[in-house]
Amino acid sequence: MRASRAIQLAFVAVLFALWWQATHGWHVSALLLPTPLAVLLRARVLISSGEVWTPLAATAIEVAGAFSLSAVIGLALGVFIARAGLRIRVAEPLLTALNAIPAILFFPLFTLVFGLGAGSKIALGATIGVFPIALNTISGLSNVERPLITAAISMGASRMALLRHVLLPAAAPSVLAGLRIGLTLSFLAVLGGETIASFDGLGHQIADAADNMEAATMYAYILVVVLVAAVLNQALARLDGFGQRR
Amino acid sequence: MTDIAIQITEAAHRFGGVAALAPTSLSVRRGELLCLIGPSGCGKSTLLNIMGGLLVPESGRAEIFGEAITGPRPDRIAFVFQESTLMPWNTIIENIELGLIFQGAAKAGRRERAAEALAAVGLSEFANHYPSQLSGGMRQRAALARVLCLDTDIILMDEPFGALDEQTRMVLGEDLSVLLSRTGKTIVFVTHSLGEAVFLADRVAVFSARPGTIKTIVEVGAAHPRTPEFVTSAEFAALRNRLYTELHEEIRRTMGPELRLAAASADGGRVAG
Repeated sequence: MRASRAIQLAFVAVLFALWWQATHGWHVSALLLPTPLAVLLRARVLISSGEVWTPLAATAIEVAGAFSLSAVIGLALGVFIARAGLRIRVAEPLLTALNAIPAILFFPLFTLVFGLGAGSKIALGATIGVFPIALNTISGLSNVERPLITAAISMGASRMALLRHVLLPAAAPSVLAGLRIGLTLSFLAVLGGETIASFDGLGHQIADAADNMEAATMYAYILVVVLVAAVLNQALARLDGFGQRR
Repeated sequence: MTDIAIQITEAAHRFGGVAALAPTSLSVRRGELLCLIGPSGCGKSTLLNIMGGLLVPESGRAEIFGEAITGPRPDRIAFVFQESTLMPWNTIIENIELGLIFQGAAKAGRRERAAEALAAVGLSEFANHYPSQLSGGMRQRAALARVLCLDTDIILMDEPFGALDEQTRMVLGEDLSVLLSRTGKTIVFVTHSLGEAVFLADRVAVFSARPGTIKTIVEVGAAHPRTPEFVTSAEFAALRNRLYTELHEEIRRTMGPELRLAAASADGGRVAG
C-alpha cells in the first residue's frame, strides 16, 4: 500500500519535472506553456485575492444541482424499472442506447431553453449523470441473489420490507458505483458546458484566459480544477468503501 | 384436533412442460421428523416448496392442520435452505431479528428473543459478527437459530447441511436431534445423505426417479435425541442398507445403465489397477 502510494507520488513528480524541463530546457513558448513556478504563483494570487471563489462557487452550485437531479431521477427511475421484469427488458436497452448518444450535442438546445447561466450546465450535467445511476440501480436490484428473496418471502416479508431489508442493501454497492460515475460525469459535463458558453465558473475562466492569451491564468485555473477533482475523488472513494462494507 | 400436520393429496407439478413431481400423496404427522430422500431432480424440493406455500402445484392439494395452503404462512411454517440465506450486510443477531421483523413480531422483546435463539445454538459470542466471518457450518447453525426464533409449528429444511463437509454435517445433525427433540415441532427434511436420513428421521420417504413420487416409506423406531452410539448400532446399519437398496435402482434409472467391466478395460487394461 505504501509502495503504491510512493509510486503515485513519483509519477506526479515526474510530470512536474517534464513540465519544468519543457519550459527551461526545451524552451517551449510561455504562451503555450508557462513555467511551473509562474503557474503556481498565479494560482496563489488567484486564491489569496479571493478571485477564485466566485467561479469556484458557481461551478460547485452547478455540479451540486446537476448531481442532485441525476441522483433523484436516476434512483427513482431505476427502482421503478427494476420492479418488473418486463420493464427491465423494455427499458434497459433503451437507456443504454440513449446513453450512447453524446449528450453534449444537446448543449446548444439547453442554452436556448435555459440560458447561458447555471440552468443550461445543470441540465447538461443531469442529462449525462442520470444514465449510469439509473442503469446501475437496475442492475443492482435485478441481480440480488434469488435465495435471499425466497427466504425473506418465506418469512413473511412485505413488498416494502423486502425492498428495504433485502433489495436495497443488496444493490447498494452497485448503486453507489453508479452514483460515483454519475457525479464524475456531471462534473465533467458542467465544466465542458462552461468552457463552451457561459458567464461564470471555472470552465468559463479557463476558456476566457485562453482567449486572452493569459496562459498562466488558464493553467492556474486548470490546477484548481485538478484539486477539486482530487477532493471529489477522495470523497467518492470513501463512499465506495462504505458500500463495500460487509 | 387432527394428528396430521401436513396433508398432500395427489399434488403434481411441471416446470416449463417437464414433469418434476408425479401425483404424490403424503401425510406428515404432528411432531414427527420426516426425511425426503431420492435421486437428484426427483421432485423432493418441489414437494417441500408445495408444503411451504412457495409453490402452488398444478394439480392436487396441500393442507396444513386441515387448512389449504395457497401462499407462504410465516406464522406456521419456516424454511431452512441449502444456501446461506443470511443477509451478508447484517450481523448474525440482526439477521435473526430480521426474521422476526418479516414475520411481523412486535418490536419489544425482539432483540431478547433473537439472543435466546442464538444462545440455544451456541453462537452467542458471534452475535455481532457478519456471516462472511463465520464458517459454513456456523452459518447454517445461525440459520437454524433464526428458524427456532420464528417459533413456527412446522419447519421445512431443504438440504440444510448439503453444502457442508461430512464431519460438520454429523455434528450439526446431532445438535439438530437434541434441539428438536425438546420442541415437538413437525419437520420435513430433504437430504441426499442416507446416514443423515436414518440418524434424524422418524420416517424416511424414498422418492422414485423423475418424475418423482414417493416409492416407499421406511420407519425409524429409535427415540430422540439420537446419540453417536445409534450411528454405530446394527439397527442403524440395517436401516441404512435398506434405504441404499431402495434408492440404488432409482438412481441407476436416472444415470443410465451400469458400466460393464469389459467396456472399461478397453482403455489400456488400467482397470486391473
